[in-house]
Amino acid sequence: MRLLDEAAIEDLAVGATVLGTGGGGDPYLGKLMAINAIRSKGPVQLLDPSEVPDDALVVPVAMMGAPTVLVEKIPKGDEAFKSIDMIEAKAGKKVFALTSAEAGGVNSTIPLAVAAQLKLPVVDGDGMGRAFPEIQMTSFHLHDIPASPFAMSDEKGNCVLLEAINNKWIEWISRAVTVVMGGSAIIALYMMTGKQYKRAAVPNTLSFAQRIGETLRQAKKEQRDPVTSLLQLTHGFKLFKGKIVDVSRRTTGGFARGEATFEGIDECRGSTLRISFQNENLIAMRDGEVVASVPDLITVVECDTGLPITTEGLKYGYRAFVLGIPCHPVWRTPKGLATVGPRYFGYDLDYRPVEELAGR
Amino acid sequence: MGSTHTDAVVLDQERRLIKAIKTGTTPDTTTGIVIALRRVLTESGVEPSKVKAVMLGTTHCLNALIERKRLAKTAVLRIGKPATLAIAPLTTFPSDLKAALGGFAYIVSGGHEFDGREIAPLSEAEIKEAAHDMKAKGVEAVAVCSVFSPVDPSHERRAAQILMAELGEDVPITLSSELASIGLLERENAAAMNASLIKVAKTAIEAFKRALAELGLGRAKLFMSQNDGTLMSVEYALRYPILTIACGPTNSMRGAAYLVGLSDAIVVDVGGTTALFGALSKGFPRESALAVEIGGVKTNFRMPDLVSIGCGGGAIVRVDGSRVTIGPDSVGYLLTSQGMAWGGRTLTTTDVALAAGYAAVEDDRCDPQKLATLDKELVRRAVDEIVRKVQENIDKIKTSAEPMPVVLVGGGGIIVPPYAYGQFAGVSKVVRPEHFQYANAIGAAIAQVGGTVDRVFSLEKLGREEALKQAKEMAVEEAVRAGAQRSTVQIIDVDEIPLAYLPGNATRIRVKASGSLAL
Repeated sequence: MRLLDEAAIEDLAVGATVLGTGGGGDPYLGKLMAINAIRSKGPVQLLDPSEVPDDALVVPVAMMGAPTVLVEKIPKGDEAFKSIDMIEAKAGKKVFALTSAEAGGVNSTIPLAVAAQLKLPVVDGDGMGRAFPEIQMTSFHLHDIPASPFAMSDEKGNCVLLEAINNKWIEWISRAVTVVMGGSAIIALYMMTGKQYKRAAVPNTLSFAQRIGETLRQAKKEQRDPVTSLLQLTHGFKLFKGKIVDVSRRTTGGFARGEATFEGIDECRGSTLRISFQNENLIAMRDGEVVASVPDLITVVECDTGLPITTEGLKYGYRAFVLGIPCHPVWRTPKGLATVGPRYFGYDLDYRPVEELAGR
Repeated sequence: MGSTHTDAVVLDQERRLIKAIKTGTTPDTTTGIVIALRRVLTESGVEPSKVKAVMLGTTHCLNALIERKRLAKTAVLRIGKPATLAIAPLTTFPSDLKAALGGFAYIVSGGHEFDGREIAPLSEAEIKEAAHDMKAKGVEAVAVCSVFSPVDPSHERRAAQILMAELGEDVPITLSSELASIGLLERENAAAMNASLIKVAKTAIEAFKRALAELGLGRAKLFMSQNDGTLMSVEYALRYPILTIACGPTNSMRGAAYLVGLSDAIVVDVGGTTALFGALSKGFPRESALAVEIGGVKTNFRMPDLVSIGCGGGAIVRVDGSRVTIGPDSVGYLLTSQGMAWGGRTLTTTDVALAAGYAAVEDDRCDPQKLATLDKELVRRAVDEIVRKVQENIDKIKTSAEPMPVVLVGGGGIIVPPYAYGQFAGVSKVVRPEHFQYANAIGAAIAQVGGTVDRVFSLEKLGREEALKQAKEMAVEEAVRAGAQRSTVQIIDVDEIPLAYLPGNATRIRVKASGSLAL
């Protein structure tokens, strides 16, 4: 067990943006909420998964909906209390600890803001090890843990407890309810025992996000190359060094889709790399050949600082590295690839691990 | 007006330069402006009564924000309860600025959803209660910010009516929806800063008006320069003083481009400390799409998109292992004592440019012979690094691969080697205008009057055509309200940004209109 204070949250938010692979919602507001809560209630306890008793109740909490709504309609702060109450009533026992459903983006910090207020500990891990756009895209789902009972509540006090026949139906129904609630909701889902969590979660990802932020900060302070440090820590690959020469965007089916084209500089001169994104970066193609694809992490970082650039921040002229970071092995199983592989997102290609593609 | 110099120009009706002068900026800024106006009138021999309009670009408001001085005691009234309680107003303000404003914040029930439904009915009782508290605490200005007010501003408007009735007409009220778009905290911050500046603007404008009367310019119309390169009437400036704070770089950019006859160009302004990169499109500075920090506060109202790097004429050159680095720190105005060519011990970009032989400085104290012992390889690599930085930031400020002309201005511009002008990728030519020292005043004098609308429309309800039509009409009205002659107003820019993940085809539409001064 260790305590997360304000400085830890600052680092964690930077790391969460790297793991957000361009999407996942900007952790900025989640960070402010967590820091506010910590200032009034004290630091948050972070537990290693091994510290959770097998029979304890562990519940992920998250924000669901449009990041554009979140930046305008900031949460009330205690929405999650009702969702957690509903889960506890259903489970017939008290929550032992909260955890994150998604370590990339804003949902890295939301559970910390809630936990600080409720004086609950947070288990160090999540259901993705990155960011994904849909409810069933979690390692919990891959381990056959139902997202039901699924509790959602808004700032007005409305709450809904959903039971669905499978996790994909939870996604469909909850997406519709979120819109009715005003575009954002706080959810509690995938309730599980400590034993289940230890088997199904991607472990220690909140610490990992914090370490990424710390590494980038230290590198800047000690004037070391931040990108080299980042790659060592994440076992990642430099896929490309280039200048953004074109960004096209469109919104279809409720997702922000688009492509960013990079023209090679220095060692990549003469080559072109294209990233296709749908909220998150999904496919990176160099001169027409795939060099990384979902579920591996494709993250764009600024050349000089190593700081991540989200898909909204991609702009003509930025000089950036495109990094490929191996995903958690759970995503490389047949069920994992059926859930989040390139074909699920509509790309007609077979997944190959980034180590194989970039290590060539 | 800049931090060191105030310049004044007289133009005829065809926008031809009659006379230009330059004087020092005074600590109170107003005195310097009066001196400049008096000189330019005397030296040009222009009869004051024949002057039709006076355009003023001033840093009064920017200075007040940076110095945290003269700001009004400002309350923020946020409408959105029960939403938004997790982060209080002014949370992201630096503590000294928050203290300067007094830190008064209230959150009342109301606000809208993205689709226009009410989060809660507007609580008039809570607003009245807040107003009583403000009155008791001597609040001098109020910023009102309602959730999704860019979609529906009605709660902000009603709140303003109640506040005015309770506080009286002397307490100015800023509505966030009139300044900025989606992004509650950033918009609220912009509104709070604007409200806190109204008193500053009022004092300054009253002083100008008195000065103009004394100079015999009492019958000329007074206009203020704003961030986007257009002019606004005094009445408008009194409501939205924050729109003046970036007019300095904007006027310089526009003036420089006008001097060389370009309306689409990249402007690179190299000073002593920094090099500033901006882009002009159809004569207007391109605006930033992302949040911009002002005085340490994140805001999202319209500001020119500028890249500033520590690569001016006084930037310090260092050898770091195998690398030669430039800046970001600088000896600044101490160049003439600390620079090596002046007998100092600090190697600066100007020294490197002198040593490489492509620059010259007209200053008797400057002796390039003192640089004879410099390592030639070091000089070559430092020059390469200057060229690389300029190229990199030209790229950053460009929006497409198409070649653009670059207008290179500023005293520090000599550090860019002329032989590199033809080598910059994506650059059609590099031009260095003469008379640049007056570019700022020329930029203010040639400006048109503008109006901008930046709102979220639901295309599902309105249809795209109707939404665009409404936005354009609103922009034209804004321009007329700001002082433009209706028959000359044209739409100069339309931008549509679909908002991700929102149903109902919510789209942010920005329309800018501008027209000639109604004289």
